[in-house]
Amino acid sequence: MTSHTLSVLVENTPGVLARVSSLFMRRGFNIDSLAVGPTEIPEISRMTIVVNVDELPLEQVTKQLNKLVNVLKIVELESSSAVERELMLIKVKTDPQTRGQVLETVALFRAKVVDVATDAVTIEATGDAGKLTAMLNVLEPFGIREIAQSGRVAIGRGSRSITDRTLRAVPGTQAS
Amino acid sequence: MTEQIAEQLTGAQSLVRALEHAGVDTIFGIPGGAILPAYDPLFDSEQIRHVLVRHEQGAGHAAQGYAMATGRVGVCMATSGPGATNLVTAIADAYMDSVPIVAITGQVATHLIGTDGFQEADIRGITMPITKHSYLVTDPEQIPRIIAEAFHIAGTGRPGPVLVDIAKDALQASTTFDWPSELALPGYRPTTRPHGKQVREAARLIAAAERPVLYVGGGVIKANAAAELKMLAELTQIPVVTTLMARGAFPDSHELHLGMPGMHGTVAAVAALQRSDLLISLGARFDDRVTGHLPSFAPLAKIIHADIDPAEISKNRTADVPIVGDCREVISELIGMLRKQADEDGIEGDYSPWKSQMLGVKAKFPVGYDKPESGLAPQTVIERLSAIAGPDATYVAGVGQHQMWAAHYVDYERPRQWLNSGGAGTMGYAVPAAMGAQVGLPGSVVWAIDGDGCFQMTNQELATCAIEGIPIKVAVINNSSLGMVRQWQTLLYESRYSNTDLNTGPESIGARRIPDFVKLADAYGCVGLRCDSEAELDATIEKAMAITDRPVVIDFVVERDAMVWPMVHGGASNDDIQIARDLAPEWDDEDI
Repeated sequence: MTSHTLSVLVENTPGVLARVSSLFMRRGFNIDSLAVGPTEIPEISRMTIVVNVDELPLEQVTKQLNKLVNVLKIVELESSSAVERELMLIKVKTDPQTRGQVLETVALFRAKVVDVATDAVTIEATGDAGKLTAMLNVLEPFGIREIAQSGRVAIGRGSRSITDRTLRAVPGTQAS
Repeated sequence: MTEQIAEQLTGAQSLVRALEHAGVDTIFGIPGGAILPAYDPLFDSEQIRHVLVRHEQGAGHAAQGYAMATGRVGVCMATSGPGATNLVTAIADAYMDSVPIVAITGQVATHLIGTDGFQEADIRGITMPITKHSYLVTDPEQIPRIIAEAFHIAGTGRPGPVLVDIAKDALQASTTFDWPSELALPGYRPTTRPHGKQVREAARLIAAAERPVLYVGGGVIKANAAAELKMLAELTQIPVVTTLMARGAFPDSHELHLGMPGMHGTVAAVAALQRSDLLISLGARFDDRVTGHLPSFAPLAKIIHADIDPAEISKNRTADVPIVGDCREVISELIGMLRKQADEDGIEGDYSPWKSQMLGVKAKFPVGYDKPESGLAPQTVIERLSAIAGPDATYVAGVGQHQMWAAHYVDYERPRQWLNSGGAGTMGYAVPAAMGAQVGLPGSVVWAIDGDGCFQMTNQELATCAIEGIPIKVAVINNSSLGMVRQWQTLLYESRYSNTDLNTGPESIGARRIPDFVKLADAYGCVGLRCDSEAELDATIEKAMAITDRPVVIDFVVERDAMVWPMVHGGASNDDIQIARDLAPEWDDEDI
């Protein structure tokens, strides 16, 4: 099985997230991560869904997703031609001896500290999954107290947009 | 410039007006608290007849029967909570068999949603995996648009059930009515026109094949493509098999028809698929009841798979030529392409050796049964019913042995002659679905062929039929047991009949005749008849045929050990078809 990143444009209507997630459950596909947010068009939301499936089940899940009335467009983004990012907030134990080393790690990974306490710092890091795992490995010995991680978001490289003109021209995409 | 003041009306009035605009003439339903506001304007509608059923499941199946018999969208209505959840089985059934229905449910008032209010159920959430689409309406302004969309979505593309859940306060609020002149559904654009390149590729494969089979599914009936199918079959002389959902899509009397494939399919239909080098699948979905053990299904065949739902193509069996489109358009274009290929390029397939081979198998292994030494054979009942009522009648079955016998022993000559619950296998489908079909086809003969188990699940709708003047005829094939389960117990569980004896049979077999179906019919204001011998069979059926002012129930007391043959055991390969217990067809070399 391989990991696939799907960008799914959906109508910004109530219940659309439930429809998508219920479809994955019903058809027996596991979602590795899911991120939803608005797009440059207010009536349209974008879901970035990471699934771990073989080629054929992927085709089936894409076709099933396409059948949802609120789903407008599905594009699979190849990691070679897309920028993929995840965001992680990491609370790491520190004391006067270790704080310097932790901050050094933060700098090395081009992350930043967003909160400081006497015995901990909270780090904000973005990157692809590989970078975040590497950073966690380095921080591990200091003592990780808590992690909050976002789903993956991704966008294709180059000037092309998947929310193309035809989609913009569609009337009545206003939320119901 | 004069300013027009839009007419004010309630959400409920808007709903009824929207349903009228959608062309609705019949609703099957039961009122209750949350949907109550809608029932007031419904009372005044001259266009819409509301049929008050006795259980919401009956409303759902009636809407299905109406839709399957007429080709129009069926409508059912229920209140919130338990009213809505009682529709769930019928909605699931409609989803599996692609039946266009719109289910309208009342919902608790908006401020109560999510509070576990009285009779609150998240019916939209509950039905999400079994609806084509669904709506929760809290803004009365949206009612016309949503009703218009619901009917469009239910009836176009691959048909299916659409749920419209309307909050009570939206029905009570004041609003205006604006029927949309066009629909804006940017995410819903079913492909009906097949891709020319794919059709060309299909035609090329057909010309090159030696042993092609037209594998016909329910999509051909939904697409009203029976005439085109007949043209294609006769043009090419390719043998045809029709699945359970497609019985009637191609006349049973036609020479090229090999019958129904699948777990209880004919030897000829199953053998044709297994030996074929090209399956031309039209509106079928390679269901496990057709394919049996998938890896050994039609092992030599290339696949042309035409379906309006792209997700069906290559779902179970990879297609060599996928064609997304409406079956009628696909078949028409295929015919054109095959003709062009023959005329311009002189390329034409010759399947005459294959055809005569399969017609030989068909003649050698007809569907048949041995009559019992005593008692009435269920197959005989259905054969005679078909002979007497003829192909103009509509036949509606429940689920189980009687369904398979009805699929084999009724002669199907036209589409929509046969209604049943195929994908979901819903026991209790027959009586309410027959009721819906009868409402959709007034003046015609509608026979429910039911089992004694199925009949007891939904026969309360006999009251509806009697009171509303819906003169359905019910043939209860009464073997005093859950027959299909009993058959499996006979074959697979050493005849240990755990919980399959229903005691609806006579004392002579040690049963208690509870309930007595003749008395039950009488209690419901129907005519009840009983027949337990072949001698009185025709007379009993003819008596029922002569009654047109009331529903009729015939208790056919049949021999209980009859089994459905042929049979491919669950999970087995189609190659291991049996024509009777432990009896495989004896193939000659020239057979296959």
